[in-house]
Amino acid sequence: MSVSHKSVGFQARKSTAGVAGGKPDAEHPVGEPLARVDGPLKVRGKARFAAEFALENLTYAALSYSTIAKGRIASINADEAKAAPGVLLVLTHENVSRLSPPPLFPEGAAGSTLPVMQDASIHWNGEPVALVIAESQEQADRAARLIRVTYEPEIAAIEFETVRAKAKAPKNILGEPTCIAIGDAEAALAQAPVRIDNIYRTPRHNHCAIELHALTAAWEGDALTVHDSTQMVHLTQKTLAKVFGVAEQKVRVLAPFVGGAFGNKSIWNHQILAIAAARMVGRPVRLVLSREGVFRETGGRTLTEQRVALGANADGTLAALIHTGIAGMTAHNDCPEQFTFPARHLYAAQTFLLSQKVAELNIVANTFMRAPGEAVGTFALECAMDELAEALNLDPIELRRLLEPDKDPVSGLPFSQRSLIEAYRRGAERFGWQNRSPVPGARSEGEWLIGQGVATATYPYHRFPGGVAKIRLSADGQATVQMGVHEMGMGTATVQAQYAAELLALPVECVTFEYGDSSLPSGVVAGGSCQSASIIAAVNAACEALFDELLKLVGHKSPLTGLIRTDVEAYRGGIRHRRDTDRFQSYVAILNQAGKDVLECEAPASEPSEAKRYSMHSYGAQFCEVRVNTVTGETRVSRWLASFDTGRILNARTAASQFRGGIIMGIGLALTEETFFDERTGRIMNPSLAEYHVPVHLDVPQIEVMWNGSPDPQSPYGVRGIGEIGITGAGAAIANAIYNATGRRIRELPITLDRLL
Amino acid sequence: MMPFNYARARDPADAVRLAAGRTEARFLGGGTNLVDLMRESVEVPKTLIDVTELSQEITARDDGSLLIGAGVKNTTIAADRRVRERFPLLARAILSGASGQIRNMATVGGNIMQRTRCYYFYDESARCNKRTPGAGCDAIDGFNRIHAILGASPACVATHPSDMCVALAALDASVHTVSATGHRTLKLADLHRLPGDTPHIETELAPGELITAVGIPPCSFATRSVYRKVRDRASYAFALVSVAAALDLTDNGTVRDVRIALGGVAHKPWRAEKAEAALRGGQATEASFQLAADAELKEARGLRHNAFKIELARRTLVACLAELSRRDEK
Repeated sequence: MSVSHKSVGFQARKSTAGVAGGKPDAEHPVGEPLARVDGPLKVRGKARFAAEFALENLTYAALSYSTIAKGRIASINADEAKAAPGVLLVLTHENVSRLSPPPLFPEGAAGSTLPVMQDASIHWNGEPVALVIAESQEQADRAARLIRVTYEPEIAAIEFETVRAKAKAPKNILGEPTCIAIGDAEAALAQAPVRIDNIYRTPRHNHCAIELHALTAAWEGDALTVHDSTQMVHLTQKTLAKVFGVAEQKVRVLAPFVGGAFGNKSIWNHQILAIAAARMVGRPVRLVLSREGVFRETGGRTLTEQRVALGANADGTLAALIHTGIAGMTAHNDCPEQFTFPARHLYAAQTFLLSQKVAELNIVANTFMRAPGEAVGTFALECAMDELAEALNLDPIELRRLLEPDKDPVSGLPFSQRSLIEAYRRGAERFGWQNRSPVPGARSEGEWLIGQGVATATYPYHRFPGGVAKIRLSADGQATVQMGVHEMGMGTATVQAQYAAELLALPVECVTFEYGDSSLPSGVVAGGSCQSASIIAAVNAACEALFDELLKLVGHKSPLTGLIRTDVEAYRGGIRHRRDTDRFQSYVAILNQAGKDVLECEAPASEPSEAKRYSMHSYGAQFCEVRVNTVTGETRVSRWLASFDTGRILNARTAASQFRGGIIMGIGLALTEETFFDERTGRIMNPSLAEYHVPVHLDVPQIEVMWNGSPDPQSPYGVRGIGEIGITGAGAAIANAIYNATGRRIRELPITLDRLL
Repeated sequence: MMPFNYARARDPADAVRLAAGRTEARFLGGGTNLVDLMRESVEVPKTLIDVTELSQEITARDDGSLLIGAGVKNTTIAADRRVRERFPLLARAILSGASGQIRNMATVGGNIMQRTRCYYFYDESARCNKRTPGAGCDAIDGFNRIHAILGASPACVATHPSDMCVALAALDASVHTVSATGHRTLKLADLHRLPGDTPHIETELAPGELITAVGIPPCSFATRSVYRKVRDRASYAFALVSVAAALDLTDNGTVRDVRIALGGVAHKPWRAEKAEAALRGGQATEASFQLAADAELKEARGLRHNAFKIELARRTLVACLAELSRRDEK
């Protein structure tokens, strides 16, 4: 094949257009509102996404999906499809090659361990039953419609009411205990003078990334190259190697641009089937899921039923904090939707009962979706806190102040850094919280009741192990940083160029960050808001190695002769002695003197042990104002302010976008988003952007975000990650504001107008 | 999508000729609904007859009426000064639908002929009497939040999704057609059918009959009018309930005339004749608006998820009438 697959890398360009607050700081690029480095390519249409690689001899794929939730394929009639113009292959369980089951995340990239199309059995409504390869997309799409499948259905577990009685505790929840019981919380609740005890329900959600899941795959002998829209290139490489029985180094996965992911751009059936088909037809294959395909074949957020019970003493302190419940899951995945996690860290209480179960369903494997657990867990917990504040006749912020723990309330570990109450104070001042009436229904304008609400946002700090970074310094004064990480629109490429520039004391224009390629040093997944800290830890290690090497190169006549790394620091394109600051030599001079064009150093990140020694979380306070129409029940969000405590901020512009994106998704979670899962058939009935309602522009008000930027003393460079926290607390802030407007507590999402009539 | 023949009609007569004898032919307007349905294999026409170049005029007559060609884009109507002056509710109805891009493509004829958004109609694995007569209806016991509360049948509970047609129904619009047997004119309110036991037959049009224009008769009081759409998000969602209304009041607050149509509630744009009759000649008061709404919604029936629409329709209608009666116009 003649196409070269070059890793993509970016040099940062300085631009502060449109951002108030001044000029880029040449000495300290971190924190500056640098425009995203890949922006110009994207707006010019020059950024090539996974489905945009026009390989020679390319073929096109389309999928056909099951229409029953459980049972067996009785027959597949593909004669008409095979005879259709342009069709090269119809892949079914009858002719697919032996494929090993894909390893589940985090060992692999798969959302489910189910073998892919290896027999006639059906496990969910929407499971792929055939894949067509044709000379054009239109031919493939047409032929996929011509495949006739008959089924022998079996009784499926698809009704939540039926399976909830059989719900059981999973072995663990993402490695954490399933149940935490401190003291006798039920007894303490029963005796508490003030009690709140309610059930909250959240529906299924689906990821609606603007870029559909897509790949272009090509085999060359036993070597496989895949352009995949993924948030995990290395785990995808590992997974495909396992499934297809080839060595990992024979598989290359590239994902330089990903148009949104939100947790489910991992391995599903479609990549495996397309790659298997590419091997059979001996030609490269492109597959783009339809929007319907994304809903049917890739997992979304599962439904939850949660109980939050709070028992308060007369002084407002908590005698009991109970958060329990059930989430839907399958037998083939491990995503229990950790909705009890926020309650493990947010509030001081004398007793705790935090426990969750899963109910097994025959559904497409549910998966991670922006702040899995925390997004829906904070809805229940933070609504309950609002209810308790009212019962105690306390301001909800005052209640949080009363309940602020001085150490992690469950683990007893010290907090690495926590300024939640300060975030509340700053946010309340900016929002004008003191003007809010605590009495529901006190404010109105024409048909509209106006209310304000507040809720805590929280998301844990994660730094995933296994990251390796490489720094290449060249004699022209340019540096390239390489790591197999991901840019799905968050700003990774931009902020990491800024960080490396800061670390190496180079102008940001002299730094290129390369990512999104499994041939680069091992990265980490873009998940759990982990990338920033994980990358920085690896880049720090590579930089230390680089300085060791540079100091070895300086020779006998350098101002740096005889110094070791701990003596020196980066300074203006070179190295100088920390105290004797006149002892300086530029990188260019060191390399030229040593007769080297390039110096490369690679090193793994340190073990992420900090999270074992400290309770490390990000926090925020979400303030919003809503208007609820007294005639129609329509809710419109009219104001938003979020005040975050999320560690050091690397780029004010990309950070603000991340926060806002999360909050917008939170508005959808609160008011509009619900996957209609028909419990008679297990079929999703609204697999389209027309009927699955994400917020549109008119649903989104001006969103003001602020942060304290306090570095976390325990994390690399004080960074904690901000990709997910924006959605947390948002649902509760809106529900609490609706209560303030109307006096109605709605404990089931989404809060559509019929719930307020 | 399945392969199909494509032909561009030179004029309406040519379109009718091309369609003659081809029961699986469809007239193609902007394609914003038909092409989607073809992608979903809900519509599988053998021939598309492109009529987008035809009937592009909006003709205003001195008597206050308008004749709008079937090929006029939705955006063009909404922006037309004569429409906005004479029939502001029509412009508002159109602008509350779809998106700017879709309205730029969609035609008047196509908007009238668009099909329901029932989830089960779109899903080929579901039972649907519209797609397969006699197959049954999965919506009646399924997700039916967006479904009909008026005029539904055991065979079908789908709604007509148009906003434009609701305003046209209120305005007593007529539909001009041409077919092999000649020209005719129908009232828009009579064009769409209730589902009965033949929900797959959605209009009174004969196969191959082409809509050429929509006529709106003069309505002096349409300046005092409103279109209010209630939906699940602020834009780009179909109506749960919508109300098109125009009110003519005497100086002493008596209802001289009134026009009301409801959207999102039935298999067709629902002209609220019972409410109108209840109001005509009476005083325009909150109480009379309530009684009028009750009269119209007396027969309304809710399903598992859409019973709220009865109360929502009542409230929205009353609020619209109240707003019109307060408006200081004429």
